[in-house]
Amino acid sequence: MIRRVLLLAFLALVCLPGPARAEPFADAVQALSAKGFRERTEAVEALAATGDARAVAILEALSEGALQTTADDRVVMVRGGTAVDAATGEVLAEPGPLNRITVNNSLRRAIRESLGRLGLFAAEPARRQAAAEALLNTQPSQESAAMLREALANESERRVRSAMEFSLAAMDLVAEDKTQRLEAIEVLSGSLDRRVRSMLQGRLAQEEDAEVRAAVEDALESIQTQVKVINFVSNLFQGLSLGSVLLLAAIGLAVTFGVMGVINMAHGEMIMLGAYTTFVVQEIFRAALPTAAFDLYLVVALPVAFAVTFLVGVGLERGIIRFLYGRPLETLLATWGISLALQQVVRSIFGATNKEVANPSWMTGGVEVVGGLMLTYNRIVIVLFALAVLAGLAALLRWSSFGLHMRAVTQNRPMASAMGIRTGRVDAMTFGLGSGIAGIAGVALSQIGNVSPNLGQAYIVDSFMVVVFGGVGSLWGTLVGAMSLGMVNKFLEPYAGAMLGKILVLVAIILFIQKRPRGLFALKGRSVEN
Amino acid sequence: MLDHVPEVHPDPQGKLAAGSILYLDGVTVTFDGFRAINNLSLVLEPGEMRTIIGPNGAGKTTMMDIITGKTKPDKGDVLFDGHVDLTKLDEAAIANLGIGRKFQKPTVFEMLTVFENLELALKTARGTFATLFFRLMGEQRDRIHEVMETVGLAEKSGQLAGALSHGQKQWLEIGMLLMQDQRVLLLDEPVAGMTDAETEQTAQLFLSLAADRSRSLVVVEHDMEFVRALGSKVTVLHEGSVLAEGSIDKVQADPRVIEVYLGR
Amino acid sequence: MGPITSRLVALNSTQGWIAFAAFGLVMAVLVPVLNLMVPPSSAFHVPDYVVALMGKYLCYAILALSLDLIWGYCGVLSLGQGAFFALGGYAMGMYMMRSIGERGVYGNPLLPDFMVFLNWTELPWYWLGFDQFWFAVLMVFAVPGLLAFVFGWLAFRSRITGVYLSIITQAMTYALMLAFFRNEMGFGGNNGLTDFKDILGFELSARSTRVGLYVSSVIALGLAFLLCRFIVSSKLGRVLVAVRDAESRVRFLGYSVTNVKLFVFTVSAMLAGLAGALYVPQVGIINPSEFSPAQSIEVAVWVAVGGRGTLVGAILGAFAVNGAKTWLTGVAPEVWLFFLGGLFIIVTLLLPKGLLGLYASLRARFASVKAEEKRHA
Repeated sequence: MIRRVLLLAFLALVCLPGPARAEPFADAVQALSAKGFRERTEAVEALAATGDARAVAILEALSEGALQTTADDRVVMVRGGTAVDAATGEVLAEPGPLNRITVNNSLRRAIRESLGRLGLFAAEPARRQAAAEALLNTQPSQESAAMLREALANESERRVRSAMEFSLAAMDLVAEDKTQRLEAIEVLSGSLDRRVRSMLQGRLAQEEDAEVRAAVEDALESIQTQVKVINFVSNLFQGLSLGSVLLLAAIGLAVTFGVMGVINMAHGEMIMLGAYTTFVVQEIFRAALPTAAFDLYLVVALPVAFAVTFLVGVGLERGIIRFLYGRPLETLLATWGISLALQQVVRSIFGATNKEVANPSWMTGGVEVVGGLMLTYNRIVIVLFALAVLAGLAALLRWSSFGLHMRAVTQNRPMASAMGIRTGRVDAMTFGLGSGIAGIAGVALSQIGNVSPNLGQAYIVDSFMVVVFGGVGSLWGTLVGAMSLGMVNKFLEPYAGAMLGKILVLVAIILFIQKRPRGLFALKGRSVEN
Repeated sequence: MLDHVPEVHPDPQGKLAAGSILYLDGVTVTFDGFRAINNLSLVLEPGEMRTIIGPNGAGKTTMMDIITGKTKPDKGDVLFDGHVDLTKLDEAAIANLGIGRKFQKPTVFEMLTVFENLELALKTARGTFATLFFRLMGEQRDRIHEVMETVGLAEKSGQLAGALSHGQKQWLEIGMLLMQDQRVLLLDEPVAGMTDAETEQTAQLFLSLAADRSRSLVVVEHDMEFVRALGSKVTVLHEGSVLAEGSIDKVQADPRVIEVYLGR
Repeated sequence: MGPITSRLVALNSTQGWIAFAAFGLVMAVLVPVLNLMVPPSSAFHVPDYVVALMGKYLCYAILALSLDLIWGYCGVLSLGQGAFFALGGYAMGMYMMRSIGERGVYGNPLLPDFMVFLNWTELPWYWLGFDQFWFAVLMVFAVPGLLAFVFGWLAFRSRITGVYLSIITQAMTYALMLAFFRNEMGFGGNNGLTDFKDILGFELSARSTRVGLYVSSVIALGLAFLLCRFIVSSKLGRVLVAVRDAESRVRFLGYSVTNVKLFVFTVSAMLAGLAGALYVPQVGIINPSEFSPAQSIEVAVWVAVGGRGTLVGAILGAFAVNGAKTWLTGVAPEVWLFFLGGLFIIVTLLLPKGLLGLYASLRARFASVKAEEKRHA
């Protein structure tokens, strides 16, 4: 690439008429071979000042130690064994003995800055943008500012322009001219870049002009406000995200505990089984299917996980839990025993260590809404997924005949039975449904956390808190409960730290339950008291 | 619509409250929009026996829940002895004031013996430490045996209450009320599940309890034979308020009562 | 015989007192004698590790008693017993930390090592007084008791019952665990309190101290048992059973269910605290994992295995399940959780009255078979 540029440049040079040959470019190149470092530094800056595209390759060669001098003092670039005249691009067949042009640190810095300025004229927009941004990290100088101005005048790409304007403003901030400074402040006040804040604060410390000081203060304040808003939005998103994780973990419980009144301490293990099912499906995809299909594994994992946990749930209900109806404390203990056994089963099969579950490509990455606020795709997907699961469940309970049977059985079992509803079957299906939902929650949670045999334990206390806080038997309550717990947790975190925040939330719920023992959205009346 | 039901206060100055043992006025309670009790007013004199009848859902049990503190009314006055506001007290405090209750479904302590059930009901200090250090005295033991005789369970003293028949459990619960020595007895369907002979005996017992006018009885019952046997003033409840009041014959002749019971 | 003496005598039947005395003599006299006096070469020698193990089980038995009192009799399944146990343990641990004095790694006369490590310069106020044994003992009872009293007052007053109570006591335990994991709390964070040197001036590593702690545990268990017997055999004990079986009926009899529950909950928390306080010097460490909700639920299975609402069953269950745990985790550690999980299921499904209930029904069947034989003979 560079070769071709050089060649073109060379041709162009050859074709140019005589007087043009005595140009500053060649002189600057020649000056690079000067004896003293100071002279060489000046030569580098002179070379950069030409704005000539060929200078890039020469400066790069210099910093790499590939710029050498021949016995007759011609400056050549040595690349892959061939020597090329740096000024003319002529290939030297027999260069003879060569001498390396040495660089020191200050010279290297000059090279870096010069390259930065020269990059402003590169052919690729990305490089121009990078060069403009790189200038932010260098000492502001007249030359850089001038170059930026020139580059800006020719720039058409929007993103590159804004990067250039931004860097230029950073330089103009220290300009002699007051109006220039004021204009720079105006440009910078819209930015959320962390560096801008320190630049402005630095300016404030040095600035003597009252008007400029006021402008800087205003700019800082407006940035502060924006940062606050963005932090708020970010907390909101984080809270929403945590809330939907809690919601996913709790929806299944809202069915088994909320609707059926069965206290299932193995609920967390159903989530864990769902996550391990995801892991197994992923491994099968990796081993048996082409890489292109890998992104689909999650879509396949959902029904599989639902099926697995549904069956486990039905098995538990028929095998153990149905014998314990009406004895909630015994149910609590028996299901705790089930949870211990399930954990040990998984530990025996998969080992005690964490399993890695990969995000499919459509869930990796994220979208940057404004500067510093990144919404990752996996979190967004989980928020939407949690709401979809809740809506689906609500629809199922409300409109399907199974939902009708389920509500009939929970409200009046003998009557439902007399109407010909097979209550045992409805019980098993309901428990299976709750477990299945826990299983698909496990699929989602495998995307944002570790998959280990203890996975379920992390969610059990929280999900019970959500259901109890929201009000047992109310899906709406579960939604509000999960979201408010998620929000409160995330908004407390910056002040109290993650763990203390969690403790405070737990204490708050415990106190809340004292006030409203039946949760936010409680059912009232004589029938619910027994 | 329901919100605009005009408030009828039969006793705007509360004159009737004075001298009454139980006084309900303008009581309303709502469960999720459903008015279980709607502007209910009722006055019970000391020593009076009153029978409450009414179709299912008329609010009979809810009324007892309100009097005993289990349910708090949304509005209205509930006074004991003409001046004690029952809406401010909890179940235990109301029980200690002198209001006893027998539930619709007999509730006795099944894992305790008949004797122990009655011992718990015995009128003594109810404090936790007083109960911890309680020692049964001779005359208290005699009192328990006396009540066991009255309710016909003398032979069953050491038996677990859970092993009693349905009718015997009803009797045991009545016995517990007697042990408490209350001034007002609320009896929710006391003869449900009893044989005719047992029902007859119960009616005799209630009449003897009311005879000396030292206590008031409120009996909720469906069994019209039993109601007739008691021969007391009858209050008919319908949709949470009083529909009719008077002697059993007068009430049974009331066209509104007939309409409610026989359908419209 | 005065009324008090007769009340005390009536705590147990004659047979019960004989069993109580026999158990006490074997545990408090025979075991130490066989450990200290009989040479290791003898077949009758009780090795040190058995004494240490028994000491641990005795503490577990007190913990199980505390749960049986509130759950077996009053029907309140508290999942906070592990937390009360740990609080008692921390109180005793704090005393032993303070008595390390200058012998710590950093040689600070006032601050325990972990505080020096965290660059703390001052002892937090809540560590004051723990250099005194009497104060620590007071706190062993007062801290769990007070927590139970406040928590119970809030919960029972709001009529939180059944599984709801279990869930919020579990949440309380969980919150405490998270709190004690924090270094800033000043209880040693993750690592908890350890490296104890002595208790009341007796070196913890000495054999005589270990036997002394063991015998103290036997005595504590005996006293705890008698206290529980006193409560459950009183009229209050019958109120407890009544609350368990028909709570609202008890209210209509004029008893304050809130106060009754509050009383046993507080007593039960104090007993659990005592168990923790005896446990910590014997195992030499207390850390936040003792607060883990799983520990509290495990206590329930000890009680259930032995037989709920019997007190003796709780002690029996604590010994049986923990004996099985010690043995199984040594022989086949991966089987232990299956065993424990299975135990939870079997005991709730098939053995609701536990081992004592099984024994009683077997005896009844045996007796009826014998009677049958007699009739045929």
